[in-house]
Amino acid sequence: MPITRRRVLRGMLGGSAVTLALPLLDCYLNTNGTALAAGGKMPVRFGSWFWGLGMNSAIFVPKKTGVGYDLPEEIASWKNVSQHINLFTGFTAFRDGDPNLCHYTGWVINATGQSPAAGGDKPGTTLDHTISNQIGRTTRFKNLTVCCTGDARSTVSYESANAPTPPDASPLNFYTRLFGPSFQDPNAPEFKPNPRLMVRKSVLSGVSDEIKGLEKEVGAADRQRLDQYMTGLRQLEQQFDKQLTKPDPIPACFAPKELTDDPAPGAEVDLMGVRHKMMTDLLVMAAACDQTRIFTMNYSSAQANTTRTGFEKPHHTTTHEEPVGPSGYQEQCSWFTRRAMEAWAYHVEAFSKVKEGDGTLLDNCLLYAFTDHGYARVHTLDNMAAMIAGRAGGKIKTGLHIKGEGATTARLGYTVQRLMGIDVKSWGTRSNATDKEVGEILV
Amino acid sequence: MRLLKTSEIQSTFRAKARVPKYILAMLAATVLVSCSGPAAPVAGHPQTRAVAASASEIAIDGSPRRLRLVTAEQLHNTLSYIFGPNISPPVAFAPVTRTDGLLSVGSSFAGVTASQLEIYQKTASTAAIEIVNERNRNFLVPCAPKADDAADDACASTFLASVGRLVYRRPLAQERLEEFVTAAGDAANRLRSFYDGLGIALEGMLLSPRVMMVSEKAEPDPNHPGRERLDAYSLASRLSFFLWNAAPDDLLLKAAASGELHTPKGLARTVDRMLASDRLQDGMRAFFDDMLQLDDFKNLAKDAQIYPQFTGLAVVDAREQTLRMVVDQLVVKDKDYRDIFTTRETFLSPSLAAIYRLPTTPGWVPYEFPADSPREGLLTQIAFLASHAHPGRSSPTLRGKALREILLCQIVPRPPANVDFSALENPDPNVKTQRDRVAVHLKNPVCAGCHKVMDPAGLALENFDGAGQYRVVEKGAPIDASGSIDGKNFADIHGLAQVLHDHPAAPQCLARRVFAYGTGSPASTMPQAELAALYKRFEAGGYRLRPLLRNIVLSDDFSSVHEDVPPTKTAAASVQ
Repeated sequence: MPITRRRVLRGMLGGSAVTLALPLLDCYLNTNGTALAAGGKMPVRFGSWFWGLGMNSAIFVPKKTGVGYDLPEEIASWKNVSQHINLFTGFTAFRDGDPNLCHYTGWVINATGQSPAAGGDKPGTTLDHTISNQIGRTTRFKNLTVCCTGDARSTVSYESANAPTPPDASPLNFYTRLFGPSFQDPNAPEFKPNPRLMVRKSVLSGVSDEIKGLEKEVGAADRQRLDQYMTGLRQLEQQFDKQLTKPDPIPACFAPKELTDDPAPGAEVDLMGVRHKMMTDLLVMAAACDQTRIFTMNYSSAQANTTRTGFEKPHHTTTHEEPVGPSGYQEQCSWFTRRAMEAWAYHVEAFSKVKEGDGTLLDNCLLYAFTDHGYARVHTLDNMAAMIAGRAGGKIKTGLHIKGEGATTARLGYTVQRLMGIDVKSWGTRSNATDKEVGEILV
Repeated sequence: MRLLKTSEIQSTFRAKARVPKYILAMLAATVLVSCSGPAAPVAGHPQTRAVAASASEIAIDGSPRRLRLVTAEQLHNTLSYIFGPNISPPVAFAPVTRTDGLLSVGSSFAGVTASQLEIYQKTASTAAIEIVNERNRNFLVPCAPKADDAADDACASTFLASVGRLVYRRPLAQERLEEFVTAAGDAANRLRSFYDGLGIALEGMLLSPRVMMVSEKAEPDPNHPGRERLDAYSLASRLSFFLWNAAPDDLLLKAAASGELHTPKGLARTVDRMLASDRLQDGMRAFFDDMLQLDDFKNLAKDAQIYPQFTGLAVVDAREQTLRMVVDQLVVKDKDYRDIFTTRETFLSPSLAAIYRLPTTPGWVPYEFPADSPREGLLTQIAFLASHAHPGRSSPTLRGKALREILLCQIVPRPPANVDFSALENPDPNVKTQRDRVAVHLKNPVCAGCHKVMDPAGLALENFDGAGQYRVVEKGAPIDASGSIDGKNFADIHGLAQVLHDHPAAPQCLARRVFAYGTGSPASTMPQAELAALYKRFEAGGYRLRPLLRNIVLSDDFSSVHEDVPPTKTAAASVQ
């Protein structure tokens, strides 16, 4: 009788462990360590990074375009990572006569290519989910979303119009979700699946039948919600399968040290910085350990209410109330923007520090950063900035400053999808419709 | 379902209910505060221009049948009532979008994400393991297995049938029960533990969409041919989640099974039992937590340098204080709803005493502010003052907006995109108070329309800083808390409290919110004539909460249902 994986696992359910001590690189990797022995390349991961309230072009936009761009005041913190970052400036989110829904229209166009007609118009599927629907189905988590505000309502990620993705707001809980008892360390010498998982999985089919039964009793809109329930159930099954399968070794994967405390609540900028660092470090290892291939980091929310200790107004209020100072710009506002850009630099650098194959994890990532406005003081939707970091598995060049000359921001989203393997012919609607990649960055 | 034009409803209503037209006009719409002009009229005021928020057609036969997400607190309460207070896994479900002023209505439309399913599974697993563990099994499992290390279908069936009826909120179909018993048996044999097997089956139950969602079923209404009503178990759930914020108890399910809920006397008897239960306090805490938007406290923090007294504990206690006061006034003492705006009675904890600058007493204690105290009613409680302010300063605009939207059910439109208030950062040393600073709002015609309806109410609360601490000066300048709302002048916070107490829109707002909360649908989709009639009875009964609840749940429109009509954008849109 052949010995199948299922048979082995059933045999283990009494509690005995299966020891599979294997020499890592010899068995699973080629001589360069750049690809799994099965022939697959290192996966390309997609990460979104969102910050609220844009920037001030006068002190953000480099004078030089192309390679080796200069770093004006607001992005001076990129000095160690600018070679990894493509900076896009001068792009426009076209609303085509729709109202300018402050702190909303801009990011929705960035994330969906479509202008919302009213505040009640929720985004459809955002970029991250479009991509994870294509490439996220093989990992333990189809995608991950986190925020640094501590507020689980801070999200620019939507599975569909009625299903915003709730971000993990607590680094401690996020650690447990990723690397707690359910984590299968791919490099562990011993593989001992949880015997409860197999039986737990068996009850899911009954739940699936109940969903189908309930779908017959409700209207069309609620059927769609039950379809979402079913999709979530399938994802649970995927997670259980992953946990019941001996993972392939991954040299870059090291489970982080256990977290024991969360930062204090609040959107004070230093606290947010601490949360951002903790969340970034966890995302880096989630990517390195192939727990997910798609993730979204909400550094601040749209209309960011980030605060500064001892300063009475949050960032958003400051954008409207602070006069332009002697320096020619809103100095306090810029202080907040600089903290956001420091966080972005940390994010990029953290991915660059993990060696993967003959390069770095960042080389196999595409990190896309976007915001809600150009100049937040008056809620502009032109002169918007965005960034792409990482080489997407060698598909793009980095370290370039590219001016959009008023082109739609949807070109960036379109380019990102093409790079992530989505066979999309065009993206966006009306003036945001595009079938043109930002060719300058393509290898 | 037939739809009536608003004019038809008014006609029908005038003929049958004899409710004054002004009440109908105010209740027939989600009131919009127009900001298009420099001094927009305001709802409740004689100049009010009430605008129908919904389409001109309004459903007349009850409320839409809903599929609502169970909230984390509802699951927590349900498990606590079934298994005892120790069985309450830490639960935090994904936030839903506030709709028509209520998260509860948002739960009728919210989708279910993959990460939410992951949370459901972890919650179900944690609860199930806890229920069958060695510490609890002897109390919570009503039978003992023949052997601890193997399946026992008879005992499993006894337990799962009993629990299944309570968590599914109706008897389990025999076939489904057998599936659960089989699953428990298979798992028990594989894991060599009867109780672990039972836990696995229970986990599967708790993960069911019929448990994590409230699915309402309809049946033909024999008393109203052509119309539909909730079936008895759905009505039991609607009643229970509304009044108790938890699943029905055994007696309520029995009332559903016996048909009692579908008889006027039986329904009244059940409702009176529910209204007399201590669980009503849990239910109304949940309602006011939702209506007053106290969920914002999950993320509230103040600048520790500017407000060192506003600790993390104070955040928790401020929310609790308001809920205790409201429940005490309206449920325990059965007082006039409007009294929550003027009462001096409250409760104090040590962390709040520091902010109120009162002597500290251990634990929660009842407290009555003296007559010469500036503290009077909900508006002067820390919860309202601090949550509608910035982390480092007060905000007349945020407070005024909250008063309009939360307490009067008015909607203040979004600000224009080209707003530039840099004049607010006025370096003139003579400008010291918020009143002087926000005066710029009123000089700009684009801004003045909305700010004239928000700022005056907020400015009347300027005697309280961003943490809710009392003050008489700001940067050395005396604070002027006088103002005028909807034509009513006042000199200070006491005057504002009285104006709000007497404002007709305040109790109307409560009636709208309670009805919407109970049915899970925006009030604009409700039969407006029925709403108006309910309000008239609320008014006639001295604005008591219990009779309002009773009238709502005994009305045909609470138990009559129809297929959902998608809410209009205005009704569904949240201003959050």
